[in-house]
Parts: sequence; structure tokens; C-alpha cells
Amino acid sequence: MNKLLLAGLSWQPWLGFALLLLTAPLILSSSLSHTLLCQIGIAIIICLSYNILLGQGGMLSFGHAIYPGIGSFVAIYALRQAASGAALPISLIPLAGGFAGLLLALPLAWVATRRSGTTFAMISLGVGELVWATALLFPQFFGGEGGVSGDRAVGAQSFGIGFGPQLVLYYLIALYTFVCTALMFAFTRTPLGRMLNAVRDNAQRAEFVGYDPRQVRYRAFLIAAFFAGIAGGLSALNFEIVTTEVFSGYRSAAYLLFTFLGGTAFFAGPIIGAIAMVLASVVLSGLTRAWLLYVGLVFVCMVMLAPGGIAALIAANLRVVRGGRCAPLIGLYGGLLLTSLLALAGAAALVEMVYHRQLDAALGSQLQFLGWALDTASAWSWWSAAALMITGAGLFEPLRRLFVQRWDLIQRAIQHDARDAQSDVRDGGVR
Amino acid sequence: MEVYAISLLNGVSYGLLLFLLSSGLTLIFSMLGVLNFAHASFYMLGAYFAYAIAALLGFWPALVLAPLMTGLLGALFEKYLLRRVHRFGHVAELLITFGLGYVILELVQLVWGRNAMDYRVPQLLDGPVVTLFGAQFPAYRAFMMLVAVLVLLVLRLVLTRSRIGLVIQASLTHPDMVEALGHNVPRVFMLVFGGGCALAGLAGVIGGNTYVTEPGMAMSVGGIVFVVVVVGGMGSLTGAFMASLLIGIVQTLAVAVDASLLSLARLLHIGIAPDAFAHGLLRLKLSQLAPLLPYLLMVLMLIFRPRGLLGARELNRRE
Repeated sequence: MNKLLLAGLSWQPWLGFALLLLTAPLILSSSLSHTLLCQIGIAIIICLSYNILLGQGGMLSFGHAIYPGIGSFVAIYALRQAASGAALPISLIPLAGGFAGLLLALPLAWVATRRSGTTFAMISLGVGELVWATALLFPQFFGGEGGVSGDRAVGAQSFGIGFGPQLVLYYLIALYTFVCTALMFAFTRTPLGRMLNAVRDNAQRAEFVGYDPRQVRYRAFLIAAFFAGIAGGLSALNFEIVTTEVFSGYRSAAYLLFTFLGGTAFFAGPIIGAIAMVLASVVLSGLTRAWLLYVGLVFVCMVMLAPGGIAALIAANLRVVRGGRCAPLIGLYGGLLLTSLLALAGAAALVEMVYHRQLDAALGSQLQFLGWALDTASAWSWWSAAALMITGAGLFEPLRRLFVQRWDLIQRAIQHDARDAQSDVRDGGVR
Repeated sequence: MEVYAISLLNGVSYGLLLFLLSSGLTLIFSMLGVLNFAHASFYMLGAYFAYAIAALLGFWPALVLAPLMTGLLGALFEKYLLRRVHRFGHVAELLITFGLGYVILELVQLVWGRNAMDYRVPQLLDGPVVTLFGAQFPAYRAFMMLVAVLVLLVLRLVLTRSRIGLVIQASLTHPDMVEALGHNVPRVFMLVFGGGCALAGLAGVIGGNTYVTEPGMAMSVGGIVFVVVVVGGMGSLTGAFMASLLIGIVQTLAVAVDASLLSLARLLHIGIAPDAFAHGLLRLKLSQLAPLLPYLLMVLMLIFRPRGLLGARELNRRE
């Protein structure tokens, strides 16, 4: 048992994570990738904090954006104070955001964590809407549509470090990301973190051993709001402008969506989700205007087929590889990949053509899609895209069935192996 | 005075529209234990379908066809998607309806674009029906109220008097026993889900032209419908009815009131300097606060009476 706990606490992944954070901007050295990396760092903290609620506490929140949001506003005001001469180190401003998130959560989380399950979800939605609508009512403080802006380059410099350049700011964000990730991981190992899992799985039993489930949920929520606020403060430093949009339901929805896509059952799941979130909202949205449709469809498919998210998919496949049974799957994976790409290309071509007709009709009927010249005026384009999609999907389905069959067999075999290994150990002990 | 009389009538008609929406949501919730996050999206679909059908065949066929179409879509969604994720637990069920809302919104924008549609009230009902204290009450609002009340009466009759209604009611409380008696409970679930979506679609048909038919309509109404269900008490139809009317009237009346705390202070001859602390807060008019009121009501309700107005329980079935 002890050995298991220690195995979970190995230092290699952390060293790897630190090295990755340190070297990423050197390898990806364009200014676009620096912007992306900054946003990814911030998103990692937010998604991990959200997963304290969803994955570890079973609390499905539809209003998480208000905590990074309030953190952003407090941080931007702190930044303005620093600019006008207050002795505030810029590097500590995100902490001010964290405490703002914590303060906001003190009353709001108290209301929300009175309930669990569906009722919690609805309260969090209502509270999120309430805060968002309230922010719109006070343009004096929240800046209305134009927002509040600041300048991170001015103010007192500690140790001669100014945070004006994006790269310097990146290292500040990376430091916060690493420390917050480590702290949130440590939280999962504390008694409170363990009780949070117990409350998620069976609140009644947790109550029976002497813990008040509400208190457990409340404290976990406060911690999540604190980290979310820190992330909000970092994003205020990063963008140097904050608008009321940070409170919006769309943001809350995005945090939920991508944390889930990353995988809520694993600690590292939300990190994957955060990377996907930034890539989708910056890169994919630049490529196509239908990106929210694609994100939504991927989300629905994931809920249906792989509710554990990307992290669970990776873990399951690692198990197969470790069991030495991946050989019969490799060919199938290739086939599935090829057919699904065919179907996706066809479907995406159709969607892009519809969008083109809808929005860019003035630019003519021609459009380029993945180097494929399409014409919304010619039936040929429509038919060939549809044919591609149908062929891909038609070939995909039998392959998928075969894959599910083999997958189940392999899982059973792996379980069998594990049982054999266990009974071998036991027999050995008896002898 | 006439402002308030008309506002009250408008509030009642808005409240009845809310009830058309929340009745479906409540039925689905009490039967499947699933909060349908895409419910307002079906409202939006109803409005868009009605707009499309009205352009081809006229308003009256749309009144019948559009709810049928949304109901069918809802039933298909239940059968092919929702039912399959049931084994993954409650969160997955909530999430798939949430994802559906996302996809419907994007598809609507894909097909009809991002601008508001020119979905008009039929000519027959375009005009005032009564004149109260010199102000006019539009005929279409009266028609809306009539449709809502009729539908709700029929719904009540079906639920309490017909055979299928009795099976539905029995499946609410004793699904296993109903199944043992030879009824197809999953099909009943599908029927209820489809029926609830059809009600939302109907609300969209009659609400889309009174208010506005645009991609934002689901988002703006969705939150309010959840408030109605929480305030009324999860799973209680009567509670949802009372809460719908309450919120409809409160919100509509608040919009009509131009008073603020500052004007109250002036009325009481208390002078407040324009640069006093929290002057911005005092200057806020009740009409500005109107969009906040439902959520405020919900939070207060959850603090002081978590069961809602008439909720008997707050446990999730099938959890």
C-alpha cells in the first residue's frame, strides 16, 4: 500500500513538466507560439481548478468563469495602482486575483454547495448569470463594453525584471502554472482531498464517518475558486485588458467542455483539455468559422463513446501496450484513422460550403478547403463531398465494430493475466 | 394605471409561455431524472421551423407541424443518444443535453445565419383585441394565452384521464412494476421526452414572432426556464405553473417601473449628494435590474426554501 502511494508520488513526471515549461518557448520560438503558450499556462490552472469541482468533487458547475473573471478585474485594478506608483510587485498581482476569487466564493459557494447533483448545477448556472448580469449593470467599475485596461510594463521592478516582453511574462506564467499544478496535486493527497472523493462517491457514507459533506464541498470550492482567481490575475497581466465578457456563460461552458474532453478522472486530464481549449479557440477559430460546431460535435461524440475523455483513452491504450497486446489493434487503428479522416473531410467540406454560402456569398462561389477547390454553385462539389463522407462513414462502421470486439477480448485477456499474476504471488507466498 | 394593467396582461402571457416551456422540462425531469439543458434549444428550433414553414404554407400549418417536428427530433435524440449514455451516469446525461444545445445553436446559425428572422404575427391576429384605460392589448398576445391554456388543459386531461397518461404517471413512480405489467417503459420515456420537446417547440412557434427569432433566443430564455423549475420546485407541475406566472409578471412589471432607490430617497426628502458613496448603486432603476430579478429570486429561494414553492423532494431519481 505504502509502495503504491510512493509510486504515485514519483518525481520524474514533475521534472519532465518543469523542463517542458522551461524549454517550450525556446523550441517554439515564434511570437504566435509564445502567445499561445502563455494562454495555455493560464488555461491549465483554470481547467485544473475546475476539475477539483467536477472530477474530484462531482460538482458540475456551469458558472466557473466568474472566479477567474473577478480575479482578472481585481488584478487589472491592482496593475493600475502599481502603474500610478503604489508599491505593488507586478509578480504578486495574480495572488491578489486569487484572493478576489476566494472572497467572491465565500458567499456564492456557500449558497451553491448546499446542494449537490442537478440542483448544484442549476444553482451554479443561476449564480453565474447573476454575476454576469450584475457586472453589466456597473459600467463604472467593470468598464462596460470597452473594458478596463492597464499596462504591465510600468511600475516598480523587483530585481530589475520588467514584465513588458512576452517571454518574461511567459516565465512568470510558467512559474505560477508549475506551482499551482503542484499545489493542486498535493491537494488531492490531503485528507480534505480524499474526503472530497468520498463525498462525490457516496455523500451518505461520508457523513456516517463523521464528515459534513457540505463543509467538504464548500472548502474544496473555495480552493478551486482561489486557483481560478490566480489564473484570472495572470490573464489580466497577459492581455492587459479585461472586459465583462470574462464572466460570460460561454466561458463557463468552454471550461466545462474542455475539462471534460481532457478527462476528469485523471489529474493530468484537464491539462490536455486546456491545451486543446487554447488550440481550438485560437488556431481552429482562425481556420474556420464553423469551429464551435466541430467542438460541439466532438464533445457529443466523446460523451457517447469515451466519457473518460482523452486521458482515459491514453491510459487504456497504455495498458494494452504494457500488456503486450497491441499488435492486433495497430492495423485497425490505421483503418479507423483513415476512414474517419475520409468521413470528416467530406463532412467538413459540406459544412464549409454551407457556411461559405451563408456568410461569404459576396466573395463568389469558389472556396479552398484543404487545398481542394470547391464551388458552391456546382452540384459536383456537393455530391463529391457527400460521397466522400458516406464512403468514409460506411467503411468506418464495420471497422469500429470489429475494433470493439477485439478491444473487449483484449481487455478480458489483460484482466485474466492480472488475476493470474496475483494468484501466482499468493501461491508463492503460501509455499 | 394603464401601463400597469397592460404590463400585467403582458406578464401573464409571458408567464404562460414560460409555463409551456417549463412544463415539458418538468415532465422530462421528473420522469427521466435528466435536466434537459437543450430544452431552450428546442424552443428556438420551434421558432425557426415555424418561420420556415410559415414562409411556405402559412402560419396555421406551422402551428401544428413545427411542434411535431421538434417533438420527433427530441424523441430521436432520446432514443439514439441520451439512452445510450445512461449507463455512464448522471453527469454524462446532463453533459450530452448540454452538448446538444451547443450543436443545435451552431446548426441553426449554419442554416439560417446569425441575424434575426422576419417571422411575423399572422395578419388575422395582427392588431389590438381590447382597449384598457386607453392602452391597447394586442390580439396575438391573447391568442398566445389561449393556446397556452388550451394546451395545458389538454395535457392535464391526457395525464389524468387517458390510458397512456396513467401509464406515464405510473412510470414516474414505479417504472419496474409498470414494465412487469407489460408496458414498454423505455418507449414511454421516449414519448415523454418527445412530448416535452414538442411543448417547447410550440412555445417557440407562438413566442418566436411575439419576441424575436434569433440565435441568441435559446440562451436568453434557457436560464429563466431553469429558474422557473427551481423556484416552482423540481418536478412539480403546479409549482412550475405558479413560478412561471410569478416570474413572468415580476419581470414584465419591473421593466415598466422607472423608480430607483434615489427617487425613493427624493420622495422621502432625503438629500443624497451625487458624489456620495455607492451613488451608482442608488441610481440604478428597477427596470435596469429586471434581468437580474429571476436569478435573485432563485438564489433567495434556494437559501430560504430549497425545496421550491411546491417541490416535494429534491432527490434525483435514477441517480
